[in-house]
Amino acid sequence: MNESLLRELVPAVIGVIVRRGADFAAAEDAVQDALVEAVRVWPDDPPRDPKGWLVTAAWRKFLDAARAETSRRHREERVDGEPEPGQGGAVDDTLQLYFLCAHPSLTPASAVALTLRAVGGLTTRQIAQAYLVPEATMAQRISRAKRTVSGVRFNQTGDVATVLRVLYLVFNEGYSGDVDLAAEAIRLTRQLAVRTHHEEVAGLLALMLLHHARRPARTGPDGRLVPLAEQDRGLWDTRLIAEGLDVLQAALARDRLGEFQAQAAIAALHADAQKAEETDWVQIVEWYDELVRLTGSPVARLNRAVAVGEADGARAGLAALAGLDPALPRYTAVEAYLRERDGDPVAAARLYAEAARSASSLPERDHLTRQAARLNARLRG
Amino acid sequence: MAKYLLLKHYRGAPASVNDVPMEQWTPEEISAHMQYMRDFAARLAGTGELVDHQALLPEGTFVRSDGEGRPPVTDGPFAETKDLIAGWMVIDVESYERAVELAGELSAAPGAGGEPIHEWLELRPFMSERLLATE
Repeated sequence: MNESLLRELVPAVIGVIVRRGADFAAAEDAVQDALVEAVRVWPDDPPRDPKGWLVTAAWRKFLDAARAETSRRHREERVDGEPEPGQGGAVDDTLQLYFLCAHPSLTPASAVALTLRAVGGLTTRQIAQAYLVPEATMAQRISRAKRTVSGVRFNQTGDVATVLRVLYLVFNEGYSGDVDLAAEAIRLTRQLAVRTHHEEVAGLLALMLLHHARRPARTGPDGRLVPLAEQDRGLWDTRLIAEGLDVLQAALARDRLGEFQAQAAIAALHADAQKAEETDWVQIVEWYDELVRLTGSPVARLNRAVAVGEADGARAGLAALAGLDPALPRYTAVEAYLRERDGDPVAAARLYAEAARSASSLPERDHLTRQAARLNARLRG
Repeated sequence: MAKYLLLKHYRGAPASVNDVPMEQWTPEEISAHMQYMRDFAARLAGTGELVDHQALLPEGTFVRSDGEGRPPVTDGPFAETKDLIAGWMVIDVESYERAVELAGELSAAPGAGGEPIHEWLELRPFMSERLLATE
């Protein structure tokens, strides 16, 4: 039995149970229980109609839970009633679930957790492992998130942008434990792209594919970070790159540019270069100009300074850096890089060491420390 | 989300506002303090923000390797060690501001006279082990 095939059915099954009259929180619990049973039963007795099997099992779980709840409260109401007539297939339940789980009333972390469970079909334990928190903590986070959206009508259309932010957060969490969140984010974005023809959904999907394609080359065998310029491009996944380029081209052809498309275009230009020296930095600077125009983001300006340094020389890069807030994350690392290229290894070594002290992740700190050590060794020699 | 370590010091932090040693509190004041700490942890567990917490005994030992084939050397406790950790709590919260807010609440645990201790807690962000999936 393929676990990811099973998980793909989850949002649609939740939708059916909700349409039959269950509230979202109860439906979601019932489907999780049905999944557990599926994992136990299917290997010996695979169903002919997996989705139908899950709907039946989940509806039974829902009724069991509702009965237990009722007898606990000594109340007898609205349990065994006829299922409410469904509204047919006109509304895409899966799409509605994306909106509900990314509802603006949720904090980003709650939206992420709820999306992974209700849309992604992951168990609470898997989500807890991926985010390195105890299972009980994650369970609380999810049940609070469900309470928060309990008043939201299931058929309310939401904002695609909020869904994209949630999926981007999941993607950026990367991978640890037995759940590859980057791969899961790609699966969920792909599934969303099938259901909506929004160009930024395609933009985000392309961005994820193009970055994911480089993953095998991004770390060395000892786990150390390998910068883009030094990556073995033979390790890049050409199939993912080809798919990313196709998705991006189709999105750009619609002529409604957004930040994810712009970021994907930059990733595409890197993917296009067979060697680092062949990178089209002039075009990359132009895309960063678009990105800055679209977002005004200081991080985009900082990355633009790196690109300017490659396109027009380190001096121009340093000039582009002037005016940015030195407190920006990675500002010092960028300045160190540009100083070295500008022929000032003493300042670069000092700045790399300073950047290492304020790095927020271990691989990044190690990388920056190595850069400082490399320059210091050269200065001593 | 970001993880933070909240450190409570026996020694080494600046003096609390309500700076009376615990052994001089009344038993009721000690109970009230303990209850406050338990309630605080329970509330964070309920909001899905608690990762773990633990109190530590004050007596510690320093240990170092003494070379291959030899047992490790132990020493201490050293009276002059200026820093002494009393306990820690790990939280996983939405923002730095939320971490500061929670540390502030924990610092206001009641002490002598039932008044808040206003002790200094140290707040340290965790270093992430992973790389962003985007470069």
